[in-house]
Amino acid sequence: MDTTRLAIDLAAILAGGAPLVIAALGETISERAGVVNLSLDGKMLLAGMTGFAVGLHTGDVLLGFAAAALVGALVAAVLCLVSLRLRQSQTAVGFVLALLCTDLSSFLGNPYNRVSGVAVSHLPVPWLADIPWLGTVLFDHTPVIYLSMLLIPAAWWFLFRTRQGLVLRALGERPAAAFARGSAVVPLQAWYVVIGGALVGIAGAAYTLDLKQGWSYRHTAGIGWIALAIVIFGGWNPWRVALGCYLFGALQTLATRWQGAPPGILAEIPTQIYQLAPFALMILVLALVNGATNPAVARIAAGLPEPLRRPALWALGRLSVEAPAALGQSFVRP
Amino acid sequence: MDVAIEQLTRTFGGVRANDGITLQFAAGQIHGVLGENGAGKSTLMKVLAGFIRRDSGEIRLAGAPVELGTPAAAARAGIGMVHQEPLDVPAFTALENFLCGSDPVVFGDWRAARARLIEWNARLGFSVDPAERTGRMTVGQRQQLELMRLLTAGARLLILDEPTTGISAAQVDALFAALRQLAASGRTVLFVSHKLDEVAALCDTVSVLRAGRLQPPGQLAMPQPQAALLRAMFGEALAQPDAVATAQPAAAGAAVWHLDDATVRDGVLALERMTLTIPAGMAVGLAGLEGSGQQLMLRLLAGAVRPVSGRVMSGGRDLGGAGMAQARARGIEYLPADRLSAGLIGSFDLGEHLELLAPRRWWRDRVAARAAAGRAIATFDIRGTPATPLQALSGGNQQRAMLALMPDTLRGLLLDQPTRGLDVASARLVWQRIAERRRGGTAVVFASVDLDELLEHADALLVFVGGRVSRLIPRAQLDAPRLARLIGGIGFEEAR
Repeated sequence: MDTTRLAIDLAAILAGGAPLVIAALGETISERAGVVNLSLDGKMLLAGMTGFAVGLHTGDVLLGFAAAALVGALVAAVLCLVSLRLRQSQTAVGFVLALLCTDLSSFLGNPYNRVSGVAVSHLPVPWLADIPWLGTVLFDHTPVIYLSMLLIPAAWWFLFRTRQGLVLRALGERPAAAFARGSAVVPLQAWYVVIGGALVGIAGAAYTLDLKQGWSYRHTAGIGWIALAIVIFGGWNPWRVALGCYLFGALQTLATRWQGAPPGILAEIPTQIYQLAPFALMILVLALVNGATNPAVARIAAGLPEPLRRPALWALGRLSVEAPAALGQSFVRP
Repeated sequence: MDVAIEQLTRTFGGVRANDGITLQFAAGQIHGVLGENGAGKSTLMKVLAGFIRRDSGEIRLAGAPVELGTPAAAARAGIGMVHQEPLDVPAFTALENFLCGSDPVVFGDWRAARARLIEWNARLGFSVDPAERTGRMTVGQRQQLELMRLLTAGARLLILDEPTTGISAAQVDALFAALRQLAASGRTVLFVSHKLDEVAALCDTVSVLRAGRLQPPGQLAMPQPQAALLRAMFGEALAQPDAVATAQPAAAGAAVWHLDDATVRDGVLALERMTLTIPAGMAVGLAGLEGSGQQLMLRLLAGAVRPVSGRVMSGGRDLGGAGMAQARARGIEYLPADRLSAGLIGSFDLGEHLELLAPRRWWRDRVAARAAAGRAIATFDIRGTPATPLQALSGGNQQRAMLALMPDTLRGLLLDQPTRGLDVASARLVWQRIAERRRGGTAVVFASVDLDELLEHADALLVFVGGRVSRLIPRAQLDAPRLARLIGGIGFEEAR
């Protein structure tokens, strides 16, 4: 494979993974604060549709994104109201919201089905885009894609290097401890869930206004559910979450590539397999990663002979992830 | 900072946890707050720390009335509390917990925080490593960390709720020295405990709570005679020496357990080549620092682990690794230390537990189960109804409920820390029920970290030191100092 081809592929993976990265990071923030927001896929659809419609009517892409962020935030606010305030199950409410928003997007989006509208314009970064190879991979994209790439270190830095990030994580780990330290637990959680929701909304608009321009029935093809799984696979860590998103993007790119391969074994495989393979592989990866946290696996590794034992234990230690300890539990003031 | 509490009342579902308490704490002193479990100490302290709200009454700090509705408000007023179970985030490092607070700082200066943590460590003689994961630290270190965090946040009234539970003797010494130093610097320290000797060693004054009220009304200057404090805590009857001596000569019954050259291993622990017989009616105490092999022994006797070599016999059959179901079929029951996570189903009531234990049938017989639960409640003096979920019961009542669930055909009873977390009166009731079982011929093996409990209730003891075990030592050959030395490993070799 020549290097130009590789650069184009990498650029395609970075671009294709952008909405997934934004959505998964939004969910990461929400779950780090202790709230599971299962409405992700529905929210993405409804926000994407709204963003497209607003963009179409106003002719302003930015307004479209703003509207999408607003819709995402509003749906998240509904979840906060019902689960944090009225103390209903986060899982049940999130799931119902996902179904509701999906159907709402189909119903309200009907007039926009396969209509051509506005889109984000391509914006190579001056100077940097001219760097050979690297410029093609990193700096020859639309602003949405730059946003997704910048969001990764920003989210990581906020969560793990600032004091407010510490408080955010304390909310998800042990809300009673955050409360004892003087934080207003429920309002703070609500804020972070709403911020996460706005990001998911932007991710929806990233599809309809950029990567998969326009609107059609179930436009995201279930990508939101994958984002939820990737948050777990990524151990609620922005870098690993992003890695998971790009891995999924790469699997999809490969699938498309092999689908159009010259006659041979690869071309004989039915196309449906290629479309489904990334989902199945993601499940496999998840199973492997979560297997690493299984005490039985750790015991086997501890019993390996010496030259293998240490690296095996190290790898397990790196792979194993722990969910925020109070994830999904609503806090009640004592 | 002087603290004044005026007519403070807080009720929980009809129970007056604090009932019109009026009390003052002077600045620059250490004040003991004594009382048995459920006397209302923690409630009073949590109200002061803003953790729970009061129903009525007034709190004044340095003469000015304050509203302490949230921990944030209490922290602004200069109040900090170290909870009994340290309220920190186990997944964080010590430094992260130290820095995690409420003030509106967005970014935080990590390097400065680290320096300050190390500085406090040196000043108070503590041993907290900033990079250590909090969940891996000892309870004592986690308390030290909380204390240093509160001091950094500017706390001038420090509340410590049962701080000496589960920490080592060296950590107790370090804590007491630090508290004296903090009081000397003008801070007010409230020390909540139910241990008389600690209050006597540390405190300038003491206030005794009983059933939500101050008993006697007002603060007592230390020192006080121990008998007077006991009377204040428990009333006349219980201040007397134990009327029901439960230890009794062992009836030389048939062997319930017989270990035949048994060796059992679990990780670094290895109890090697044990040969001993436990006859019916005998009580054997397992002594030692926590985690020295007592639990492994209990699990061996419960048929939950298989010996590497040798045999565990019960009733003429090999029990080794047969599984708890097999052991139960032979009349052996195991009561774990953690009652709610391993022994009982918190949301089920006593009747439902009895139904679970009933012979397997397709249908439920709720009427009979309720009736049986009612009988058990009367017999075992459980404070609850047949329909009370067990998680709503206090620790002592849960322990008695577990005893009530034991079948009548019980031959061997294994208990891990039978009275952990129970106050004196509850513990006594539990031991009375166990004594009744022994009179019926049940052999009892129990692990405890309380020397008095071991010496009072065991006929013979096994001492565990770092995964090694002594021979069966008759109670008559032991007194508290000798037992303490053995647990510390002094003279242990001769006892093997």
